[in-house]
Amino acid sequence: MLKLFAAIGRYMMLMRKVFSRPEKAGIYYRRILVEIEALGINSMPLVAIISIFIGAVIALQMGITLESPFIPKFMIGYATRETMTLEFSSTVIAIILAGKVGSNIASEIGTMRITEQIDALEIMGVNSASYLILPKIVATVLFFPLLALFSMMIGTVGGYIIAAFTGIVLPAEYVEGLHYYFIPFEITYSLIKMAVFAFIITSISAFYGYSPKGNSLEVGRASTRAVVTSSITIMIFNLILTQLMLT
Amino acid sequence: MIKCENIFKSFDGRTILQDISVQFESGKTNLIIGRSGSGKTVLLKTLVGLHEPDSGKIFYDDKCYTDLSFTDRRELRREVGMIFQGGALLDSSTVYENVRLPLDMFTNQSAAEKDKRVKECLARVELSHAGHLYPSELSGGMIKRAAIARAIVLNPKYLFCDEPNSGLDPQTSIVIDNLIHDITVEYNITTIINTHDMNSVMEIGEKIVYIHQGKKWWEGSKDDILHADNQELNDFVFASAMAKRAKKSL
Repeated sequence: MLKLFAAIGRYMMLMRKVFSRPEKAGIYYRRILVEIEALGINSMPLVAIISIFIGAVIALQMGITLESPFIPKFMIGYATRETMTLEFSSTVIAIILAGKVGSNIASEIGTMRITEQIDALEIMGVNSASYLILPKIVATVLFFPLLALFSMMIGTVGGYIIAAFTGIVLPAEYVEGLHYYFIPFEITYSLIKMAVFAFIITSISAFYGYSPKGNSLEVGRASTRAVVTSSITIMIFNLILTQLMLT
Repeated sequence: MIKCENIFKSFDGRTILQDISVQFESGKTNLIIGRSGSGKTVLLKTLVGLHEPDSGKIFYDDKCYTDLSFTDRRELRREVGMIFQGGALLDSSTVYENVRLPLDMFTNQSAAEKDKRVKECLARVELSHAGHLYPSELSGGMIKRAAIARAIVLNPKYLFCDEPNSGLDPQTSIVIDNLIHDITVEYNITTIINTHDMNSVMEIGEKIVYIHQGKKWWEGSKDDILHADNQELNDFVFASAMAKRAKKSL
């Protein structure tokens, strides 16, 4: 427990360093654009593939489960939309991104640490924490909500395609379900969750990457710890945010 | 000039540096030598501010580094260049971008002025043709030269080099040594080099400090070292049987 508090303390101190005033705003702006491409745009194919299949599977499972004549078929579209919007496109995609982006950040910064690149920045007088971590945080907090929106769209399209191919529901009925009892705030809730998860993934992974001293084994361990801790923290905050925003 | 007085440093209760006092001169190549594990890297990193000494004082000319605030230290670091053992170039940037980074961060020069300065520094280390390459595409010697270019781009007053010859062949080592020495004289820099390469000692050792078991054991010049009667130093400098025979014949 003492170790946990010590780690939280070190994390807070690192964040204080990260959010101190940048030396040159222009440099940070350029680095944010680079990170948006590296961490956000490059994650789109993975998000698209996973979302389209999960959307299709949800629609298929709903079609099999909702066989009662008392339940209208358009509920398949409704259930697919709700699952994608409320949970999959934010929480599950965030867990997947914690694996992809989180391990990438932890190993990149960890390697920079053990090869003395971070020391070199410090010697130059550069605030290495801010220079390396802040653009990543800004990039993911801005872009991951767009990934969540993208996932919702692709997922519902996946459901539509499977509906059209298998005939479990007429495409028109599926689309009717997508419109049924639509609450725009659910999208807002999902985007806010994703922005929070983006901060969690990036800051925790950067924290573990920034800390290791030693060899490449330590970088590997830091990367694993980053993914595990980010995933658990995402789950805890998912519960907290849902309680705060939906009840 | 860089001076340290009564420096002590320990890690986890293990004392690494014990009561080290030494002065390094401007415009000279000052060498810290010693066996592996003797504490020379810790001394260099303490002098440059990467480690905080447990006690003692470090002076950069008239400024007492150990008494400076965080902000003042950051200011002072802009007058410091460092060449790391592995070069420590940013992997995600080209050689040109690596050398330009300090200018982007700390000067208000125009793009053309920065470009001119980067090209000057790359020409100085004979890397004009390699600006577009990434560190992974460079040889060991080229990485060291790129690191030198980055270290001198802001015209530093102080230059620290941590084993600049490690992993290099003897001929390339001498090229790097002479480059560091020439730059030191040209810009009147206080240069401190951490090494256990005896070729470097004999080539550019204008002031040499021998560290053994965390203590300053001996100091002098490359001429003094040949005639020193310090047993530990002689065992280190003339380690091989052939070198011992050469020492006897002196």
